[in-house]
Amino acid sequence: MAALIGNDILDIGSRKARRQREDPMAPGFAFGAPGQFDIPNVADPAAYCRSNFASVCGTGDEDQSVKFMKGTTTLAFKFNGGVIVSVDSRSTMGAYISSGTVKKVIEINPFLLGTMAGGAADCSFWERNLGMECRLYELRNGRRISVAGASKLLANVMSSYRGYGLSMGTMIAGWDEKGPQLYYVDDDGTRLKGKIFSVGSGSTYAYGVLDNYYREDLTIEEAVDLGKRAIYHAAHRDAASGGINNLYHMTKDGFVKVHSIDVNDMHYQFAEERARAMQS
Amino acid sequence: MSYDRAITVFSPDGHLLQVEYSMEAVRRGSTVVGVQGKDCVILAVEKRAIAKLQDARTIRKIVSVDDRTVLAFAGLTADARVLVNKVRVEAQSYRLTMEDAPSVDYLARYLAKIQQKYTQQGGVRPFGIATLVAGVNDDDKGKRPFLYQTDPAGTHSRWKAQAIGGRNAKSLREFLEKQYQDLNEDELTETKCVRLAVQALLEVVDSGAKTMEICVIREGGIKEMLKEEAVQVVVDEIEAEQQEEKRGPSGSD
Repeated sequence: MAALIGNDILDIGSRKARRQREDPMAPGFAFGAPGQFDIPNVADPAAYCRSNFASVCGTGDEDQSVKFMKGTTTLAFKFNGGVIVSVDSRSTMGAYISSGTVKKVIEINPFLLGTMAGGAADCSFWERNLGMECRLYELRNGRRISVAGASKLLANVMSSYRGYGLSMGTMIAGWDEKGPQLYYVDDDGTRLKGKIFSVGSGSTYAYGVLDNYYREDLTIEEAVDLGKRAIYHAAHRDAASGGINNLYHMTKDGFVKVHSIDVNDMHYQFAEERARAMQS
Repeated sequence: MSYDRAITVFSPDGHLLQVEYSMEAVRRGSTVVGVQGKDCVILAVEKRAIAKLQDARTIRKIVSVDDRTVLAFAGLTADARVLVNKVRVEAQSYRLTMEDAPSVDYLARYLAKIQQKYTQQGGVRPFGIATLVAGVNDDDKGKRPFLYQTDPAGTHSRWKAQAIGGRNAKSLREFLEKQYQDLNEDELTETKCVRLAVQALLEVVDSGAKTMEICVIREGGIKEMLKEEAVQVVVDEIEAEQQEEKRGPSGSD
């Protein structure tokens, strides 16, 4: 028993520091003390981290038998007609496509949408939890919660779980009294307000298309087309993105699901367009 | 003594005696009158005589809780200090979490929640204060005025005009009811409301502007403590009118 430090593998961080204070006879490694690193409670912490928490360590997860589900393209942008939220639907575990029909947009309430990127369980659980908090706010205060408030609640939760290996990169889009709003919330507690966001392994491709064609005064048709196009290009080049493009439009009367189009069908549609453009 | 032993317990006939005693403490406090107008709220407090060597400026009965909300209390001053501090912290916490100002209703509800908690917790006694919370909300650019009352039992409700504290709160309330129902919505201008509040206070305090303090909250959340001279003008007007009424019936023939 003396070889292992403590009894519980979760005995890390602040819990460890507290235990150390309460039990001075425990071996004198001051884990969890300020200015020191927290490490797991095993014989070889470095190897343990590498083999199990690849995304947290920043290394790949090639050696894991069960790899993390990541790899996606989600995007959202604000324009004069509201907010467009456009996502793909592919879920990959390494080179295996585990699903082509994942719902990456979570309908928190008729005036709030959340996207899913990173750990699917973390995203869907915490966004559903956010839905519950939003409803409680409505019941207590007699009015809908603002998008700023909702995103802040989520970001505060993420902050409090910092260091516990949650993986979530989401965009909260909605329409409240201040008009269309878009926030990016991250698993390390980052919360940013902005006009254009794209999250996931295919985000770089999506940004290329979005930054090129985005204007604040897009018409609704143009905005829908832009959202569609950006996902198509990301899905085309990024192996971890694909499947179906689910596109939502957030208006002042709530969100509308605009379309669900297979990315492959879009390929032929755009190819035709290019051919026509080259002829003229 | 164990700290989880309840102090506020039911009596055999269903009363919370500690709560009722704390309402008695409120009655011993100085009077506060609140009047809600069409585009303003008035809070008027009775200023009890202070010792000659005491600095009057350090005795504030009308306090700011947030940018556009003020509060006046009746009852134990020390209890009020603690409660007001709690509400101020909550207002800032709300601003931090929601990136928005808390509504007057939210603050009144929070105050009431705290007051109720202290009637159902071991080792504590209820707060001996009742409050009048007045202000405007941010979401409609501060157009509509709000006046809420809380009491030691932990209830909160919205009022058009209310009086708390002092032995005569009940008769003051009746006075306000009589005056208020003769006026319709549009007539409740700031001048009229200040007049009404001062008139009510004059029923219980000695005449003169020195015995009262008036705070006005206008559209947009602009707060003003009326200067003594301005209050004196209103007092003089009211007294002149009252003299006229006394002389009136006999002078007409």
